[in-house]
Amino acid sequence: MSLWEYANPRRFMALSGAVLPWVSVGAIAALVIGLGWGFFLTPDDFRQGSTVKIIYIHVPSAMVAINAWLMMLVTSLVWLIRRHHVSALAAKAAAPIGATMTLIALITGAIWGQPMWGTWWAWDPRLTSFLILFLFYLGYMALWAAIDNPDTAAELTSVLCIVGSVFAILSRYALVFWNQGLHQGASLSMDAEENVADVFYWPLLVSIAGFVGLFVMLVLIRTRTEVRSRRLKALLQRERMA
Amino acid sequence: MIALLQRDLALSVRAGGGFGLALVFFLIVVTLTPFAVGPDSAILAGIAAGILWIGALLSCLLSLDRILALDYEDGSLELLATAPIPLEAVASVKALAHWLTTGLPLTLVAPVLGVLLNLPGPGYFWLTLSLAIGTPALSVIGTFGAALTVGLKRGGLLLSLIVLPLYVPTLIFGAEVARRGAAGMAPTTPLALLAGITLATIALLPFASAAAIRINLR
Amino acid sequence: MIPDLGKYAVAVVSAYGVTIALILVLIGVSLRQSIRTRQALREVENARMSKEVTPDTKKETELHG
Repeated sequence: MSLWEYANPRRFMALSGAVLPWVSVGAIAALVIGLGWGFFLTPDDFRQGSTVKIIYIHVPSAMVAINAWLMMLVTSLVWLIRRHHVSALAAKAAAPIGATMTLIALITGAIWGQPMWGTWWAWDPRLTSFLILFLFYLGYMALWAAIDNPDTAAELTSVLCIVGSVFAILSRYALVFWNQGLHQGASLSMDAEENVADVFYWPLLVSIAGFVGLFVMLVLIRTRTEVRSRRLKALLQRERMA
Repeated sequence: MIALLQRDLALSVRAGGGFGLALVFFLIVVTLTPFAVGPDSAILAGIAAGILWIGALLSCLLSLDRILALDYEDGSLELLATAPIPLEAVASVKALAHWLTTGLPLTLVAPVLGVLLNLPGPGYFWLTLSLAIGTPALSVIGTFGAALTVGLKRGGLLLSLIVLPLYVPTLIFGAEVARRGAAGMAPTTPLALLAGITLATIALLPFASAAAIRINLR
Repeated sequence: MIPDLGKYAVAVVSAYGVTIALILVLIGVSLRQSIRTRQALREVENARMSKEVTPDTKKETELHG
């Protein structure tokens, strides 16, 4: 039994249908526990006050935002190399989730930055690269939406995803360079991990699990929708030909 | 391949080919900038390098959809795909033709427009150099974007949306070279990185462009 | 019930509010699309089934649910 078995749409539908309820329950439970724990039960940070609570959404959403793109890259490669339709559809399904997570990370970052840095937005490399990641997601989704033929769309978006990944990494390093060139040593970016004590660590871990679970759940739901809509299109096509 | 290059150049110079349009657009952007930020020459001197880079980039964007769209519509792209030269070479030649008719003239005009924006003295050399090195990358990346969207009826706006994020590294390093040059700092590090990006895109992206064209022709 | 958030209450609550709203919208849209496609597919398949019940289509329908 190899992993590729699940690339068969029918097998994928059977497996994902069986797994989905468990994933959903687990994800929502972890999300509620993690965020509830973080919001109600954790103490304030002595420097950041209660804004430290934003970490429980900011960090997990940022992680999912990046890893969603990574997953799209992998599934795009799988589609181009091994021609599994489910793989291409999973990439399509993941894009809006990744975009939303990027947006959440940006918004919560801005809300946190306002009282902490005294500004909603700073052209810090970290912030800026997330903004660019958001633009990549938008372009990717727009290309999917624009092309009628689903196979052509799958291939072209895969090519874009791969090229885009290279440029995203390039932009990330360019931004680090650019920012240092502008204001030397002025480090606005507070590394989330460096000041996390145990009280904050565990709820954060649960929140991350919740966000990852949410991502998996939504990818499964959306991929199933895509598989069904592909089948629907094929059936309608056959009807018209008959 | 040389014949293809000559044909593309002739097509773009001919009326309606878009040659010159990019230059006029560049001029307009530069003219409008002082209206927007005020005529203070100190402020203009500070942002001149950046504005010239943005202007060149946007002007470049204008003509991207012409790289492949006309050939796709009249079927000559399919002929080229079956021609004995590889499609990767076709993509490279298309990008080269686009650069010769857009990037190169923009580079040559930029110092003149720099006068209007009160660009500081040492900036002229570095601005021209950074544009000369950076604009080929813009053309190559643009050809890739055009290859992705060539099958679409109204792909122009989508093309911009796809291509602009890809322009980020080139813009960062290019504008950094010009800005450092204008401010009298040493611009060699960003210059090397800019050249690196340009060379890498020229070497690798035509393969992606050719792949996209093949998918669109299928 | 609500913990004392001090002077940053607006920031914290709005961050949580925006996040939860966005996630709910995303889940809502995904579920709505899922239900609609499922219904549309079922209708088309039922229409096919009533027209001609071949073993092939029957099997497909069962497996796709």
